Amino acid sequence: MKTFRIGGIHPAENKFSAGKKIIKANLPKQVAIPLAHYIGAPSLPIVAKGEFVKVGQLIGKANGFISANVHSSVSGKVNKIDVQLDATGYKRAAVFVEVNGDEWVETIDRSPEVKRECNLTKEEIIKKIAEAGIVGLGGATFPTHVKLSPPPGKKADVLIINAVECESYLTCDHQLMMEKGEEIMIGISILMKALDVKRAIVGIENNKKDAIALFHKLAKDFAGVEVMALKVQYPQGGEKQLIDATIGRQVPSGALPIEVGAVVQNVGTTYAVYEAVQKNKPLFERVITITGKSSKNPGNYLVRLGTMLSEVVDQAGGVPADTGKIVGGGPMMGRSLMTLDVPMAKGSAGVLFMQDTESVRNKTQNCIRCSKCVNVCPMGLEPYLLMNQSEREMWPEMEKDRVMDCIECGSCSYTCPSNRALLDYIRFGKSTVGGIIRSRQIKK
Amino acid sequence: MDKLIISPAPHVHSGDSISKNMQAVIIALMPAYLVALYYFGLGALIVSLTAIISCVLFEYLIQKYILKGENTIKDGSAALTGLLLAFNLPSNIPVYIVIVGSLVAIGVAKMSFGGLGNNPFNPALVARVFLLISFPVAMTSWPVPEALSTHYLDAITAPTTLRNMNFGVQPDTLQLLIGNIGGSMGEVSGLALLLGFVYLLYKKVITWHIPISILATVALFIYILHLAAPQSYIVSPLDYLLSGGLLLGAIYMATDYVTSPMTKKGMLIYGVGIGLLTVIIRISPVYPEGVSFAILIMNAFTPLINTYIKPKRFGEVVKNKK
Repeated sequence: MKTFRIGGIHPAENKFSAGKKIIKANLPKQVAIPLAHYIGAPSLPIVAKGEFVKVGQLIGKANGFISANVHSSVSGKVNKIDVQLDATGYKRAAVFVEVNGDEWVETIDRSPEVKRECNLTKEEIIKKIAEAGIVGLGGATFPTHVKLSPPPGKKADVLIINAVECESYLTCDHQLMMEKGEEIMIGISILMKALDVKRAIVGIENNKKDAIALFHKLAKDFAGVEVMALKVQYPQGGEKQLIDATIGRQVPSGALPIEVGAVVQNVGTTYAVYEAVQKNKPLFERVITITGKSSKNPGNYLVRLGTMLSEVVDQAGGVPADTGKIVGGGPMMGRSLMTLDVPMAKGSAGVLFMQDTESVRNKTQNCIRCSKCVNVCPMGLEPYLLMNQSEREMWPEMEKDRVMDCIECGSCSYTCPSNRALLDYIRFGKSTVGGIIRSRQIKK
Repeated sequence: MDKLIISPAPHVHSGDSISKNMQAVIIALMPAYLVALYYFGLGALIVSLTAIISCVLFEYLIQKYILKGENTIKDGSAALTGLLLAFNLPSNIPVYIVIVGSLVAIGVAKMSFGGLGNNPFNPALVARVFLLISFPVAMTSWPVPEALSTHYLDAITAPTTLRNMNFGVQPDTLQLLIGNIGGSMGEVSGLALLLGFVYLLYKKVITWHIPISILATVALFIYILHLAAPQSYIVSPLDYLLSGGLLLGAIYMATDYVTSPMTKKGMLIYGVGIGLLTVIIRISPVYPEGVSFAILIMNAFTPLINTYIKPKRFGEVVKNKK
């Protein structure tokens, strides 16, 4: 069974919410829809205080090429446009809407029938995706229409669908696959058209055998789509690792996947593409997993953007009493939240309640040079060395030792028997070296 | 939920710890320890307990009174150093020599460099070589194995298999495997040591790279010598591998995390170096055994190996498979 070739770890899966049908979260009383919650320039608000907006109405316009539209996820009155603390811990501009009813924009096709035919051209598809404000739902939230528009001279020859969901606990992608398999397949064929490729590979980890079986069956009706079961290993969902696993090509340092002819899209993003292109539905809601070892009701919820996480969590049974840490995202790369009073954003994939005993880091000890961090690093780096260099502020050496290749997956810190804060120091070094590189480029 | 903990990702840990790894090595050494207790009896017991206790005690005292910092004896590395030191000694060595050895291992070779993780040389081997040079007679008198011996300082001694090999005596492979031969306490039973090797591989404490590269190099080198001068080199590669402290050194001493390279390629280079040096020293007229010196010399090369031998980087291999 295929997998990526360098490094990797096997954390416990803890998929407590697997198989739990997606529940539509209740409509909140108010939402704070972030205007800047994705990679790229923040969008510009085009609504004013007091205005009545409908579900799916454009409220924030993309500002530049690498930017995305933002749509209202509810109907109601715009209360204010103000800053709101978001899940990343920063206060950013958001549109506050007081929810009134659930009136949708008329152009959205709300019928449940699966629409198979798509007769749009490649350019029309990409335009619709851009208008719908679709960004990568795997977490990186990169504007999808940008990814589908390679720079001149670069062409993709294969589309890879990231249905790996390699993080422990999270099951939103898995459940979406089981419930909306055909729609996702149609989304894949739409994306293939947009990229003008004849081949698509859906990469699914082998712990989701039902999804693999379902997709194998569905793929029979879709030309060029191949379903590939992959050996369970973290971080297989990392773009570069997934491309290596599925087609055996390794993206060179500093380059993008298009360099090796591949474009990767998350399976949730693919579903959003189907909804946008076939049903005229912009991106304003997504599935998130609410889970944890002490969670009474771990599950998968369809949540409107801008809903406070506290409201969704209340519906999911509340915060368990022994919670020490709340993580937005998965346990390996998610962010620990200061409060649940943050809005759900396009990149939110899950809320994880960690028990107090597992929320505390063990005491750090001397590096014993066991080289386990080197063994597990999926990018072939030497975390122990990068940490030492970072502590000593040896920035040129860090750059030479490829710190910028680090994908911040956390495999090193996870593995270290001395509980060393490897990734903390590497991240610090990476941001410093990144700044040095940028200023060097500006000087040129 | 009144207070939430905030810390950067990752938020989970494998649960691995220094002590877990030390414990695994100690467990892996148990078969060899049982053989040592069986064939060298009382002497083995006294020497091993003295070594372990004094190593732990010295680390504790140094950390408390000289360094005035936290003590780390709980991580098990001092105890392991004591056990490995004992394994490298003959079972009739006097207690005071063992204690001096422990002081050198922990005080000089480990703590003076900054404690665990900072020592450039394998502490147990530094101590062993120190004792060899300082107490040459005591360190080269080898008790004859005797089932459940109650002899300690009065044990009967004889030349070892390795020494006899240099005089043209063919060793008995079966005895080399079982351990019914003279030698350092922990080195005698090839089978027991190999059992421990399998355990360490299973527990993923070590990989095959260092031991196999050492043993393969030694076997190949001695085989070439045998082809070149069959009258001078009469011992089969298998017997050569099983004799002396080679297995103990290759599996348990050379694989010490702190003093061995950090990459697989580096480990292979290191292992080949140890293998070559071991044979060169063994065939020289000065010492019958060369593993300790070979490992210490290659320890000195480890930082150099780490500087120049880098792991395979992602993106270095760009195969365009379709």
